[in-house]
Amino acid sequence: MDWYPLFNSLRIAVISTFLIFFLGIFAAYYVAKLPRLVKGVLDVVLTLPLVLPPTVLGYFLLRLLGPKRVLGLWFLEVFDLRLTMVWYAAIFASAVVAFPLMYRTARGAFESFDITLAHAARTLGRSNTWIFWRVMLPCCKQGIIAGTVLAFARALGEYGATSMIAGYTPGKTATISTTVYQLWRTGDDAGAVRWVLVNLAISAVVLLCVNMLEKKDRRPRRKAAPVSGEVA
Amino acid sequence: MGLFVDIHKDLGAFQLNVSFETDSGQLTGLLGASGCGKSMTLRCIAGIEKPDRGRIVLDGRVLFDSGQRINLPPQKRRVGYLFQNYALFPHMTVAQNIAVGVRDKKARQETVARLARTLYLEGQEGKYPRQLSGGQQQRVALARILASEPEVLLLDEPFSALDSYLKWQVELELADLLASFSGPVLFVTHNRDEVQRLCRQVCVLDQGKSQAVLPVNELFEAPRTLSACLLSGCKNISRAKPTPDGKVEALDWGMTLDPKRPLPEGLSHIGVRAHYIRPVDGPGPNRLPCRVERVVENVFSTVVMLSTPGGDQGFSRLRMELEKGRWPELAGRDPLWLELPAGDLLLLTKDG
Repeated sequence: MDWYPLFNSLRIAVISTFLIFFLGIFAAYYVAKLPRLVKGVLDVVLTLPLVLPPTVLGYFLLRLLGPKRVLGLWFLEVFDLRLTMVWYAAIFASAVVAFPLMYRTARGAFESFDITLAHAARTLGRSNTWIFWRVMLPCCKQGIIAGTVLAFARALGEYGATSMIAGYTPGKTATISTTVYQLWRTGDDAGAVRWVLVNLAISAVVLLCVNMLEKKDRRPRRKAAPVSGEVA
Repeated sequence: MGLFVDIHKDLGAFQLNVSFETDSGQLTGLLGASGCGKSMTLRCIAGIEKPDRGRIVLDGRVLFDSGQRINLPPQKRRVGYLFQNYALFPHMTVAQNIAVGVRDKKARQETVARLARTLYLEGQEGKYPRQLSGGQQQRVALARILASEPEVLLLDEPFSALDSYLKWQVELELADLLASFSGPVLFVTHNRDEVQRLCRQVCVLDQGKSQAVLPVNELFEAPRTLSACLLSGCKNISRAKPTPDGKVEALDWGMTLDPKRPLPEGLSHIGVRAHYIRPVDGPGPNRLPCRVERVVENVFSTVVMLSTPGGDQGFSRLRMELEKGRWPELAGRDPLWLELPAGDLLLLTKDG
């Protein structure tokens, strides 16, 4: 069995998750601070990839990155780099598709963050950067990890946009999902089943991770009960 | 040397207009009903919120001045803020929490150890906030604040998150700790008993507007405004109108009272505390016939609710508090004549 699709899928998912991790967190952080109207508009734009069909995203990506389009042409001329039909083209596809998962989970975590913790740190003389890395992120850890795992799972399973922008070239751009489709299309049912099982195994592990994280999050915390003022 | 505050901010529902001054070493109470702008005032002083205009000066250092466009960030104000829920970092141990406040990196360990000692937190350094009692959490928050060497302390309802049986002890501990703090301390609460026990002076806040800073005993013995009187716990208040001969017509009680002293400008209400009302045998000056509505037995006293000639609803009713055991001999009287002693009448104006 040729393990290239597994290797390629993992490498695409890892790289795009790495990108999404930072982009999603920073987008969530800054969008949460924006005035309501701008926030609403940006929120729609940033979440759109979650609900659009991947083929529509693939179309947009091709319009942008194709060898005769704005960005594609520029990269080709300046760096002699093709942005489509190569293995790393799939990174763009899975990053765009999985981004909203990271962004929304991180934003949810930031919104439930107790802002008085940040106020307290500021009155204690700590910089906003310090507060972000040392207070905000650790407090939102569960949400951010959950978002990362979900984004990774989605990136790993990306098919539609990937097949449009990276195509299927065995040993070059083949991923697990495109391989399953290709093997089934060419009548190699046994080969398709093998990759289906590989995919099932990975997905099960990922979901198991998410569940474990959620359980950890639900651990009870001790809190002092508020008591109203005494009556004279 | 001390804290000078004069700020204005539009809060939508009402205007925040707060101005007061307090000296170093003074514990000043900010007393007001919930949602009257007490916490907002503290947040403005700490720099978390920005007032629309005004001036905040701490020991001669301008923290905020809308005229000069000065607005120091919270990091540079040196204001210690004890939050209502203490705002401890849940993912850090006690020692790490305290260390956040230490500005001088070299002295970090030493300062943490010293503060843990003075705040009775020895042996707790490795624990997380959720493993501590409410009182301990408060001490960690205080240690963290003291580590940052603040020049003023702001305490936002420091006892509201504590179980009532802990409150008393924590209050005593806090009083001891604050005695050794040299800067001014602002203490926000809606609880008059805490003000009475902890503060020497008090500033009453009503609907965002601050009144003159008063010595605490004056608030309780002779409140001058309606809101101060209500906050000081007085239950019997009637709308009032001065009469041409220098007396006061208590509109809700349906009687005329003679306080036997000059009336303040703008008199609008008159009050009397429940335990100063005296049952008497018959008519006379400052006396009125009442009908008993309800009798409530407390642990150490008896509270009698009465209707007055003015009616039996709302402010027309009087509440009289008697020592335990005095009630049975009075119970059969109808009407029951009461005297509101001239010296105990509180003459109130609408605003400070």
